Amino acid sequence: MEYLDFELPIKELEEQLEKCALIGTESDVDVTQTCKQIEKKLAATKKDIYKNLTAWQRVQLSRHPNRPYTLDYINAICGDTFLELHGDRNVKDDKAMIGGLGKIDDQSFMFIGQQKGYNTKTRQYRNFGMANPEGYRKALRLMKSAEKFGVPVVTIIDTPGAYPGLEAEERGQGEAIARNILEMTRLKVPIIVVIIGEGASGGALGIGVGDKVLMLENTWYSVISPESCSSILWRSWEFKEQAADALKLTANDMKKQKLIDEIVKEPLGGAHANREETFLTVKKSIQKAYQEFKNLSPKDLVEKRMDKYSQMGVFKG
Amino acid sequence: MAWFKRKEKGINTPTENKKDTPKGLWYKSPTGKVIDTEELEQNFYVSPEDGYHVRIGSHEYFEILFDDNKFKELDPNLTSKDPLKFEDKKKYSDRLKDAQDKTGLKDAVRTAVGKSGGEDIVIACMDFRFIGGSMGSVVGEKIARAADYSLKNKIPFMIISKSGGARMMEAALSLMQLAKTSAKLAQLADANIPYISLCTDPTTGGTTASFAMLGDINISEPGALIGFAGPRVVRDTTGKELPDGFQTAEFVQEHGFLDFISPRQELKRKINLYLDLILNRPVRNVS
Repeated sequence: MEYLDFELPIKELEEQLEKCALIGTESDVDVTQTCKQIEKKLAATKKDIYKNLTAWQRVQLSRHPNRPYTLDYINAICGDTFLELHGDRNVKDDKAMIGGLGKIDDQSFMFIGQQKGYNTKTRQYRNFGMANPEGYRKALRLMKSAEKFGVPVVTIIDTPGAYPGLEAEERGQGEAIARNILEMTRLKVPIIVVIIGEGASGGALGIGVGDKVLMLENTWYSVISPESCSSILWRSWEFKEQAADALKLTANDMKKQKLIDEIVKEPLGGAHANREETFLTVKKSIQKAYQEFKNLSPKDLVEKRMDKYSQMGVFKG
Repeated sequence: MAWFKRKEKGINTPTENKKDTPKGLWYKSPTGKVIDTEELEQNFYVSPEDGYHVRIGSHEYFEILFDDNKFKELDPNLTSKDPLKFEDKKKYSDRLKDAQDKTGLKDAVRTAVGKSGGEDIVIACMDFRFIGGSMGSVVGEKIARAADYSLKNKIPFMIISKSGGARMMEAALSLMQLAKTSAKLAQLADANIPYISLCTDPTTGGTTASFAMLGDINISEPGALIGFAGPRVVRDTTGKELPDGFQTAEFVQEHGFLDFISPRQELKRKINLYLDLILNRPVRNVS
């Protein structure tokens, strides 16, 4: 288990508890009372820390190295029914963007999402979850295929951004994202979007237009990362905490602004603290969202979706 | 030599204001040519010496494209509300006020309907002078409403992009304008109404990742910078030296994302020729 800077008091108490239990087993000293006291203190500390998370702390949690990634969710939710599908039929298969068909109970879904790696080697292989244009085009190919057969789409977002590379520019990163956004506004099957980690700007929105947009409790979604925002507006990397606050990028803030539809609760300590519980909650949320849209006609569905996005924006006059 | 002394201290012009419509008698192009501003104006703000396209705004583009500079502006009074009470080194509300005072504009886009070559067209034109032409709620809403006007009246639509991307001070609200404007363009496409995207210097970020790249034709002016990530970001991320001409209009056309590049003098004729051809109507003589 890795601890973030603000979790250090928890680490300390957990170590104390461990030592206490060890003394109990290795000697005749009765430690039941002491252990109980530490446990009580630990529970209180946890509650205190996780109930009062700042925007920046949530950003840190969204990037926690133990946090589950897209394929972890899909494999847990679909089991062995998941069939991964590869390639954009044009340039290559983007490893940062995965997709495929799978069942939730009796219903097929097309799953699409950015994939991060869990160690240095796989992080490079997945390009840190930063897709190239071919990733977005692969996503669109799978969405159009789902639409053809009336299969609903679930997209899972976890990206620090679309890859800002030389070849990405040559192959039209902007065009690829723009095309996805446009096609998603008029796709004739339900689209459920789940943000499970980082939702950075166009790279996220490129698979993020949907009928129901869900955000896990400790994730962020905005037009830019707090670090880049700090570097551009404050001209220094040091103001990321302030930038995180100013951007109103947490699930709560996004819900308040009506830019997402629902917040998905995470276990105390974050999604990684109890993975199975997280997978189950997300599965149930997808099923619930699908119930809401499955009986709408394609025309009503698209109209409703377009109306929702037309409402977004605050201005005078 | 008092002439050469700065009277005011701490003059610090932001980059976006440095090469703008010339206000003085002379204009110096980046290659060092000096041009009489009146001559420049008569030549569509293109340097006659080296073909350099000076950055211009909605005022000049409307003058170039609408017949006799006659048009009806749509939603001229929409302004930003600073919904997040955003503050970095400066308050967003102050930035807005400064930009409005300095430019005389309400926000970074103006939308209008009028005749070009005798036929109706709706044009949304961005102004880079207003906070880098950034797209927030007002830009998104005005473009959406202009597209609605096109849709209702069955008039071809054109967006002239000139923007650094989404407006950070409106955070996710500005991000969602990508979806909002794209949804409108999808409706235009479904109604078979032509949409022309003109990408001018510069067109980057969220603008490129939405309406700028979604035209029935995407066109540009010579030398314009067009890209998703800015050149500095690409260089810093990849650690590679960028090839000459990277992200210029010519580069973007070569990689298949622009239909053609038109010098500004030819712009009015070419967009009207395209509309006559795609709508299969008689070709007008537009000069």
